[in-house]
Amino acid sequence: MSKIKHLEDICTQVRRDILRQVHKVNSGHPGGSLGCAEFFVALYNEIMDRKETFDMDGADEDLFFLSNGHISPVFYSVLARAGYFPVEELNTFRLIDSRLQGHPTTHEGLPGIRIASGSLGQGMSVALGAAQAKKLNGDNKLVYTLHGDGELQEGQNWEAIMYASAKKVDNLIATVDLNGQQIDGSTDDVLPMGSIKGKFEAFGWTVLEIEAGNDLEAILDGMAKAKAETGKGKPVCVLLKTIMGNGVDFMMHTHAWHGKAPNDEQLEAGLAQNPETLGDY
Amino acid sequence: MKTYTYTEKKDTRSGFGAGLTELGRTNPNVVALCADLIGSLKMNDFIKENPERFFQIGIAEANMMGIAAGLTIGGKIPFTGTFANFATGRVYDQIRQSIAYSDKNVKICASHAGLTLGEDGATHQILEDIGLMKMLPGMVVINPCDYNQTKAATIAIAEYEGPVYLRFGRPSVPIFTPENQKFEIGKAIQLTEGNDVTIVATGHLVWEALEASKVLHAAGISAEVINIHTIKPLDDDAILTSVSKTGCIVTAEEHNILGGLGESVARVLATKLPTPQEFVGTNDTFGESGTPAQLMEKYGLNSAIIVEKAKKAIARK
Repeated sequence: MSKIKHLEDICTQVRRDILRQVHKVNSGHPGGSLGCAEFFVALYNEIMDRKETFDMDGADEDLFFLSNGHISPVFYSVLARAGYFPVEELNTFRLIDSRLQGHPTTHEGLPGIRIASGSLGQGMSVALGAAQAKKLNGDNKLVYTLHGDGELQEGQNWEAIMYASAKKVDNLIATVDLNGQQIDGSTDDVLPMGSIKGKFEAFGWTVLEIEAGNDLEAILDGMAKAKAETGKGKPVCVLLKTIMGNGVDFMMHTHAWHGKAPNDEQLEAGLAQNPETLGDY
Repeated sequence: MKTYTYTEKKDTRSGFGAGLTELGRTNPNVVALCADLIGSLKMNDFIKENPERFFQIGIAEANMMGIAAGLTIGGKIPFTGTFANFATGRVYDQIRQSIAYSDKNVKICASHAGLTLGEDGATHQILEDIGLMKMLPGMVVINPCDYNQTKAATIAIAEYEGPVYLRFGRPSVPIFTPENQKFEIGKAIQLTEGNDVTIVATGHLVWEALEASKVLHAAGISAEVINIHTIKPLDDDAILTSVSKTGCIVTAEEHNILGGLGESVARVLATKLPTPQEFVGTNDTFGESGTPAQLMEKYGLNSAIIVEKAKKAIARK
């Protein structure tokens, strides 16, 4: 099986996991999760140099921080499918006494999670600390992050973006999910941000764009280029243009499914578009 | 009655600086962060000796708290430095999510707490920080009383695994605790023995409580003064043991009585040993510009008010 076919199979299963998690508890965030399925699958299966087991310090391995924590369904699915915890545990998403809280947290000890996120705009600062700790420790592995585009409206991001280039944190690759949507509508309607590329560049970052952010080959190619830009004295930003709700036709190109679960019929329709590949949990 | 004297006054923030400098020499995992207030936090010596372990964040406290949380992931023990107002209220959600809820081993070190930073006025005089921090699950809250104790507390919190809020201040206050006294988190220190009233105080009001006990002694009242340097976890036993003997209590703090040490003590007493209690602290108010002594007088934080409240508490027995 080709590498891409293998990754596509994981993506299809991850999409099923996302739909089934949010459907079961009638809550959660499927739209952004689906839009980032290919990115997460590529990151955890090809891009990151990571250990099979989990420890909090993550010495001598690449680290990932999810800043827009509401897309926990895709994060949990990919972590489980990567072996950090049993896939059956996806059954407990958002239930009482679960390690799979509505938004990711370290508090319940879920392997794979290194910081709580959900209150937006905090992930890049945390990643900067982890990246600087790596430098202090002589650890040459990288730190990856993911942020929503709407999330960039939070001011703390810009403190972090300014700091990252000023302090030459060049072991960081921050990816922004440019799906153009947020809860109240399109980002252009809610609060137009102008050129995000121009803003990062003005703050001294190296910026790369992945136009087809739901295409695995484009992601692998773009992230390889991003990796090649690390270690050159500048932080690296990847602008990943994705389609919210990707892979489930009626959820695509709209903010309507930001934080809404499918009903029984919608679930069946979504699953029919994504036939089982690795086995449901 | 045991009496306390002092030969020198110093700011507690300098105790923090000295403690941090010592940690720089003894604990290679300790790192320091500052949001453009190196001189005010007395971090110069640490920085001079360990430039690679210091992070100048700029005027960006939210970013500082997140970076501190991230540094723990590589095994570092970050000490953040800024004014108490900017170390708590300004960054409450960052502390809540990225540090407290994420169980990160960050030491939030806050100078210029309370009214006695003086002339800068109410924008900088936070009187709510103890309340904000003690409400966060898992957060330890420490308010040492003098230079020596602040230095000892700074060193001690590096050995403790978990988030800590360490509060200290700008004014010069008497040094009366022994040099190199070991600091035990959560363990109150009884300073005088007495039978008529318990006075529990935190921060530099401990000295005011000792001054009050001298005045009370002259009036034939024996006061038991307890230094509550750790507001959370609170030393319930020390308080209960004392009031079971004295039958009444005064709490004293440079903080709003809503949400401070006094309310923590009241909770313990209400559930275990209901006791007449009087509160010394600010009462639901902002501060203003003035000298520390003027402010302590105007807002009722000095030994005279502690004497008055002690008599009132005794009368309520």
